Parts: sequence; C-alpha cells; structure tokens
Amino acid sequence: MQWETVIGLEIHAQLATRSKIFSGSATTYGAPPNTQADAIDLGLPGVLPVLNAEAVRMAVCLGLAIQADIAPRCVFARKNYFYPDLPKGYQISQYEQPIVSNGRLEIEWDEGQRKTIGITRAHLEEDAGKSLHEDFHGLTGIDLNRAGTPLLEIVSEPDLRSAREAIAYMKQLHQLVRYLGISDGNMQEGSFRCDANVSVRPSGQTRFGTRTEIKNLNSFRFVEQAIDFEVERQISVLESGGSIIQETRLFDPARGETRSMRGKEEAHDYRYFPDPDLLPVVLDAAFIEAVRERLPELPDIRRQRFISEHGLSPADATQLTAQRAWADYYETVIQSLDARAAKLIANWMLGELAALLNRCDLEISASPISSEQLAGLLRRLQDGTLSGNLAKEVFEALSHSDDDADSIIEQRGLQQVSDTAAIEQALDAILAAHPEQVEQYRAGKTKVKGFFVGQVMKAFKGKANPQTINALLDRKLSP
Amino acid sequence: MQADEVRHIAHLARLAIDETAIADYARELSAILDLVAQMNRIDTTGIEPLANPLDQVQRLRPDEVTATDQRSLYQQQAPQTEQGLYLVPKVID
Repeated sequence: MQWETVIGLEIHAQLATRSKIFSGSATTYGAPPNTQADAIDLGLPGVLPVLNAEAVRMAVCLGLAIQADIAPRCVFARKNYFYPDLPKGYQISQYEQPIVSNGRLEIEWDEGQRKTIGITRAHLEEDAGKSLHEDFHGLTGIDLNRAGTPLLEIVSEPDLRSAREAIAYMKQLHQLVRYLGISDGNMQEGSFRCDANVSVRPSGQTRFGTRTEIKNLNSFRFVEQAIDFEVERQISVLESGGSIIQETRLFDPARGETRSMRGKEEAHDYRYFPDPDLLPVVLDAAFIEAVRERLPELPDIRRQRFISEHGLSPADATQLTAQRAWADYYETVIQSLDARAAKLIANWMLGELAALLNRCDLEISASPISSEQLAGLLRRLQDGTLSGNLAKEVFEALSHSDDDADSIIEQRGLQQVSDTAAIEQALDAILAAHPEQVEQYRAGKTKVKGFFVGQVMKAFKGKANPQTINALLDRKLSP
Repeated sequence: MQADEVRHIAHLARLAIDETAIADYARELSAILDLVAQMNRIDTTGIEPLANPLDQVQRLRPDEVTATDQRSLYQQQAPQTEQGLYLVPKVID
C-alpha cells in the first residue's frame, strides 16, 4: 500500500528580550544557577506578573511577517501540570485567544519546489526551569534561571508531507525569526526547538491517521531523523495489522529512534483557564502599525530585489540573504560601489570573506574586514589599480589592519602598473633581447607568448597589468 | 463526581488525600459543579465572554532588567540546596 505522511510542527522560539516575560529578571544565557530567578519566577505567594511590552511587540512582528491576523484582544491562560521545574504548578500561556492566528509561510525545497504552509497560531508563553537529574545523591537539582523566559510557540497546520518539507519549513522560520531580530535562534542553547506531530494515512484518504507527538527536537538533523524513523515505525505497525496509539514520544539521538513516554498521557489534562492575575491584552491599530513600519525587508523579497536590481544569480542571492547580517554587509558594500559590482562583491563575500570567517570561526558581525574596507578593496580591483592576485594580498593585509585598502596599497607599493608607455618600453627591450623566441612565435609556436608575459611581469615584480601586456604583445607580434 | 475522578484530580495536583475523606470530597465538589451547571443554563447569547472582572486592560512593562540577584535570600526558605540549585525528590523522566 502507498502511504502518505502528514506532519505538523510546533516550534518554540525564545524571544530575544532583555528581561523575562512577566518579571524584571535578566534572560542572559549561562548565568550561575538561580541568580536570574526572582520572586515572580519562583512563584512565591503574593507576586503579580506584569507583561513585557517587547515580547508583545516581537509576537506582533512575527504575525505581520507571516501575514497573520493579530488579535486586537488576547488573553493569557494557566496551563496546569505538576513538575518541579514549574514552581507555580502552572505555565502561563495562551489558549483560546492567542495573539497571532491564521498565518502562512512559503517554503522552497529540492531546487524550486514551492509550497505555502499554513500557520494555525502563534502564542506567547513562559518557559519552565531546568531539571538536573545527575549527581545530587538521589535528588534532582532545579535551576529556575530559564523559568519565565518569553517563548513564542508557533503551530503549523498539518500541511507538511515529508521530513524534507518539515526541515524546509523549520529552516525558513528559523531564518525569519533571526531576520526579524526577535530570536537568536540558537539551537544548542534551546532558543529554537521543535515538537513534531506525525501520522500516516493510505494515499488518497482524506481523513487523518492517528498521530504521535515527538518532543523537544533541537536540531534540523534530529527532526529529519526522528520523522523518518517515526513514519517507518507507524507504517510497519499498520501494515502488520496493528494500530497507532496517540501518545508522546521522545527521540533518542544516540539510537536514532523514538520511544514512548509511557505514563505522561494523563498529564495532558491541563485544565486551562484564564489567568486572573493578567488582564486582557488590547492592541490598538496604532500599535500594530508602528510595528509594521519597523519591519525589516523580509528575506524572500530581498532576494528577489538582489536578483532583479543587481542582476545577481539566484544561487548567489540565496546565499547572501540567508542571514540578515550577510545581506546587510553586501548592501553596504554595493552602496559605495555600484550595481555593476554585484557579481564581484558576491564572489568575494562568498569566497574569500566566507573562508576567512570560517578560518577564524567568526560571525560576519565580528568580521576582521569591515564592509567599508572590502568596498575600498573592490573599488581598486574594479578600476584596474589591483590585479586579482594583488587584491588577495591586500585582502590578507586588511584582515590584520584597520587601515583602508588605499593606505595598504600605498604602504606596500602594490599598485598594478597599467602605464602602457612603461610596459611597452620594457616589452620592446625584451623582444629585442630574444629574437629567437620572436621567430618561433611568428612560425606558429604561440606558446612562446607566455614566456614574454612572464618576462614583462618579472621586470615589474609581478605588478604589470596582464591585459595591457597581452594587448601590446598581440599588436607587436602580429605578422 | 465519582471517587475515581477525585483520585485523578488529586493526583494531577500531587495532593495526598485521605482515602476516608474521598466520599466527602466527591459530594462537596459535586455541589460546586452543580452550581456551575446551574450558571451554565443561563442564556448568554450575545454576551461577550469575560476574562477578568476588572474593566481594565493589561498594562505593559518596558523591557528592562530591574531584578537583582537575591538567590541566597530566596534559598533560605528552601529545604535543601546545593551548588545554587534547589534540590527536590527525584522525578523520573
């Protein structure tokens, strides 16, 4: 039988606020345990949560970017469950009236396959703390630094039909939240993690099969492995006459398989109700418009613009817009040159600069060569002052210096010699000194041309303009 | 409400309840649910649901870090701490 896979993703993006969603505690990653957990985060009696305006703005920002409805009025609810890293005994979340609903995101995968994925909703909630199960003589250690960190849970429609589509969607969303500056998207630190709802059904059937939920996937690779494993597992259960139990499963990266989290099912009785400590959040049109005005240009639109305005190839445009910092860098360079330099800039950024950053293990925001420095270098390459090889030498020098390219060219005397008269004079002397080779060339042994170019280069210590030499040679050696 | 439901709810809230008191809880909780059922019968057509009795909207706080580290103060009242962590009975994952 042919089976169809159906996947929906719930993605938790940690919002990049300075303080927590309901308290004035810091959200800095990696602080000593419990030093960023105040009375509100600890759930001490008598405290009152007050909502962080920036978290609201960020949620609206995402909502606008995915063309969703922004609720003019939304409500926080308590999601009740018992766990020691949740001190209040409930998580403040949103249930019936989320801040964002009914959005969509276009994804692209496998070279040019495109599809629009529905986003059911995105709601604000607080994160829980962290449980450490090792090394406490039979007890569990609790760190509440993460408790109260703002999260945006983004829930897709069951529109995804393969692990590859799921990864494409997740990557697109990951890129988007970072473009918008609302999340650092750091997956190692848990700032962007995913639960996958997976089911299969016979091809052609419209009713969904029973689904399982795979929890807490924190890398693209794990999402792919977990979904592939789970799909195979469900198909083999069904084909051997069994049925799928709706349950929560955990992915074990070491074994590459998903396992049932038995006994957790009853915890799904969350008994949601509106949180009486928080009043309804009302967003007026002016607030939403103010957020809209500050939205950055979105990656897809920017990519199209790089192609249509600058003539970049789709492949280069994709790479340059993958991260906002790269696209910003590129734009600064091209603004001080002109659109004709687009291809040159792309080549240098994706070649030399990418290699340099890779070697130094640096993000482009910490690049040793600023966009102004690179622009200065490429300007001299464009106007013929530098040859490709000399430009690489200047590039290397720029990576250790705050000087601009012109100063380095000046200091090191790296200007390419394009002075036709000087080159011609040197060439004449060389031709006169090697009559034998001139004869050979005229007799059809054109390889000898390389010998003359080499001799001229030697005379100018490698700085003569190769185009000028070639043009002169062609003229002088032509019969 | 049945005894089983009382046990279930108590378990969800991790409340230890006395077996002999379950019948009383069931009766009292049923009375509360009856009251809710009675309210549910009121015709609320056209009435906007009320999330909060206060006729106000949520005030928003600027995104500023205002809390300072008071871990040692908060941990004074914890039964057990170690290396800055609160220690609790082992939870099986």
